[in-house]
Amino acid sequence: MATSGREEVLGRIRSAMVRGAETGSRVEEAHAAWAGLRRGYQRSARRERGAVIELLVDRLVDYDAQVLHVGRGEVAATVARMLTARGVRRLVVPKGLRAEVLVPGFEFVEDEGLSSAELNDVDGVITESTVAIAETGTIVLQNAPGQGRRAVSLVPDYHLCLVELANVVETVPEAMDRLAATSALATTFISGPSATADIEMTRIKGVHGPRFLDVILVE
Amino acid sequence: MSGTALDPKTAPTFPMAARSMMGDTQLRKNVRHATDVIQAKRARVVGEMPDWQELREAGKQIRQHTMEHLDFYLEEFERNCTKAGGVVHWARDAAEARQIIVGLVKEAGAQEVIKIKSMTTEEIQLNVALEAEGIHAYETDLAELIIQLGHDQPSHIVVPALHKNRQQIREIFRREMNLPELGESPQDLADAARRFLREKFLRVKTGVSGANFLIAETGGVCVVESEGNGRMCLTLPETLITVAGIDKVVPRFADLEVLLQLLPRSATGERMNPYNSIWTGVDAADGPKVFHVVLMDNARTEILGDAEGRQTLNCIRCGACQNACPVYRQTGGHAYGSVYAGPIGAILTPQLQEMHHAQTLPYASSLCGACYEVCPVKINIPEVLIHLRNKVVKQNGMLNAEALAMRAMGIIFRSERRFRAAQRMGRMAEAPLVRKDGRGQGWIGWLPGLLGGWTQVRDLQSMPEETFRDWWEKREKKEVTRGN
Amino acid sequence: MRRGNVVSIESSCGWKENCWQKFSPRRPVLRVSLFITCYNDTLFPATGKAVVRVLERLGHTVDFPAGQTCCGQMHWNTGYQAEALPLLSRFVEQFRGSEAVVVPSSSCVAMMRDHYPKMAEELHDAKLKAEVAELLPKVFEFSEFLTKRLGLEDVGAYYPHRVTYHASCHGLRNLGLGDGPQRLLRAVRGIDLVEIAGLEQCCGFGGTFAVKNAEVSSAMLAEKTTAILNTKAEACTACDNSCLMHIQGALHRQRTGVQTVHLAEILAGDEGAQ
Repeated sequence: MATSGREEVLGRIRSAMVRGAETGSRVEEAHAAWAGLRRGYQRSARRERGAVIELLVDRLVDYDAQVLHVGRGEVAATVARMLTARGVRRLVVPKGLRAEVLVPGFEFVEDEGLSSAELNDVDGVITESTVAIAETGTIVLQNAPGQGRRAVSLVPDYHLCLVELANVVETVPEAMDRLAATSALATTFISGPSATADIEMTRIKGVHGPRFLDVILVE
Repeated sequence: MSGTALDPKTAPTFPMAARSMMGDTQLRKNVRHATDVIQAKRARVVGEMPDWQELREAGKQIRQHTMEHLDFYLEEFERNCTKAGGVVHWARDAAEARQIIVGLVKEAGAQEVIKIKSMTTEEIQLNVALEAEGIHAYETDLAELIIQLGHDQPSHIVVPALHKNRQQIREIFRREMNLPELGESPQDLADAARRFLREKFLRVKTGVSGANFLIAETGGVCVVESEGNGRMCLTLPETLITVAGIDKVVPRFADLEVLLQLLPRSATGERMNPYNSIWTGVDAADGPKVFHVVLMDNARTEILGDAEGRQTLNCIRCGACQNACPVYRQTGGHAYGSVYAGPIGAILTPQLQEMHHAQTLPYASSLCGACYEVCPVKINIPEVLIHLRNKVVKQNGMLNAEALAMRAMGIIFRSERRFRAAQRMGRMAEAPLVRKDGRGQGWIGWLPGLLGGWTQVRDLQSMPEETFRDWWEKREKKEVTRGN
Repeated sequence: MRRGNVVSIESSCGWKENCWQKFSPRRPVLRVSLFITCYNDTLFPATGKAVVRVLERLGHTVDFPAGQTCCGQMHWNTGYQAEALPLLSRFVEQFRGSEAVVVPSSSCVAMMRDHYPKMAEELHDAKLKAEVAELLPKVFEFSEFLTKRLGLEDVGAYYPHRVTYHASCHGLRNLGLGDGPQRLLRAVRGIDLVEIAGLEQCCGFGGTFAVKNAEVSSAMLAEKTTAILNTKAEACTACDNSCLMHIQGALHRQRTGVQTVHLAEILAGDEGAQ
């Protein structure tokens, strides 16, 4: 190859746009132009705090997630109740998960690089979350203590997720603002259990990701 | 539809392909149902966003800005992705992209790969290239699995198997998964796919994906999906190879706040699709240990060089234009002879391929504008269609029946005298074809040559005795007389 | 020369009062230049006559620049840009200085609004560009002229028939006519206006699309005629005779007995004349 693909593709772009190669002023030019883009859409919350929480609950329930809104002291009892109701016994938990969640009567396996097959053998997973978006019913997980690597919240069939009320925002832009500082971490947006509408546009819940999702909103 | 990949180079013309597709009653019923459902869902979730038009405008501006600084953002992406442990490759065309990917799979020592639905890999016919090297690719998106097992071709960007109904899917799964007892409810079929694929997810060590967005600022990649098969492919393998058109880059992480609102609502009519994955390079404690990104041109820079066609690259592959298109609704996707069907396909395919392989696609539209209306990044598809039609006309030259007729009409319209003469001539010429109805109105039921398409299903009223301008002139004369 | 005409129209108006005062109170008389369009001129002169009738009944004067021919839409939209360009200059020549240009065809107006500025640009003619910029805001589709320029809904029409309205795509999407045409129709005396299902669906005409993709066009048309027949209307109306010619072609071929009629012809209906 006389020229590399890289040089040739970049060269084609520059000749298509009648541009020279990158220079210092180019960076500023791009940054200035980006800053000037019109952003007339809603970037902040419109609703009262209570209404935002209500909206999140409504959206999650819409996805058939069970949602319980509890006080700080009630977390352990609620976890035990939910796990019992779902009939799960053996759960994987990420490192750094708050200890109160590890309630007696269930088996918790801390994830220390379990294989995919091992993850496939547990009944469920419990994680915390980074932020939740009310408008879209989305919970965002990052590879952080208490949330773990992506496979952990993916392979088991049941996911119990804890959402701190303080981490609930109304809109997508507010969430992206909060995520900006940790954007390098592996990030997963979860909006309901996995689903497909590939067959006659009929929504089927539970394809490959967890088929059951429960959420505990913590004051 | 056979298992042969959709290839504009060998595809029949759109009118010919449409004709054969339109004879498929089942397909038409399925397509009509799917597009109706998805359009209604979209309308509902778009309707609840008071700032939708502002989001569209922002989406358009972000995409336009990206294209204006594409080299800058690609280099920024490359730098940041590399810093995070990813390996970036550049491919000038489909062949080079295939060669790079096949090489990487072999390097990983893999005989099998698991794949996420990716229009880009369809565009470059990657699976065929992998099979040729003895590597089997498992499609893991439910619709793509249906297509793959059914030796079929995708007919929609977002819902590739929307032309198949549950009975047809059951037949495919029964045969290919060896499940004679399989039920036909969508739940049964989805469960069968889950069981069939779970074993692959846990076993296969190499994943291949496309990308929805490449984030220049962070070097991150974003994939949106519904089923979780994407997360499986992105997370469980040891090696991940992502192939993306160079148009997929976005300037900053914050830009996702616009695109992640526009895309799901437009694509599937959801407020947010079930899963979005964003990852940056390699994380020793999370996901694949080896990560490659192939940045592919494949004629995108040619589109970029055409100021009027450039907006085509702003497309975020939501498929809303397909659902809204009354032509697509009648024919389904295969008639477009390309993996990119519908209005976006009608402008993208001719530009990705050399125009003369897809000359009829820019004409596969009534220019009704429904596509432009729903496009989340405001691509003026009718405008681009007209621009491409002009290219087709230039390519074909003036020595053909249509061009000569158009030329003649042009000459006629440039002079009132000639126009009036043509009106008189028209009346004389049509006379032998006119039949009077019971009320004395003349109708034409058959027209020759190019115009015969009209009279296939329509009559044409004969020309009135007097044109408007004749009437006007007479009236003017009368008035002048009366005024005097 | 024109004054006599206004009087004669008023005398046959069918109302006791002066129509002009009733339907256009204290409105200055406008000199409206009619751009009939090539196909209306040739195939649908009745539409042109109806436009003249409505405008004159409202007290305005109408003129008809004799050198007008075609806006260039067919050429432009089919890809024959070079043939369309001279027609832009011709239009400007004919209508330069008009107070208002009225066109009974949304697709021709859409052609002008969406493409004339770009065409002028392509011709590298600064004077033409300026003239286009000045002229375009004065160009109106017929129903748009009544509702937006004159601010009218009731134009004193009478049309005792069951009618359904077909929204042409160019009127709906390119011109943003909204429910303007329906508001005009609702104000017509005696009319039984029924809404069509799938109002925003294209009828499948699309200019040369109807012959180049005759099969698909026919399938789209079948959906539209079904929707029309379901309304049990006697007539289907629209702001575009192009769609109507296509729809009428099928309605006649199938011997449905349902007519098509341009909106102007409904609005021109007088009580005395029925």
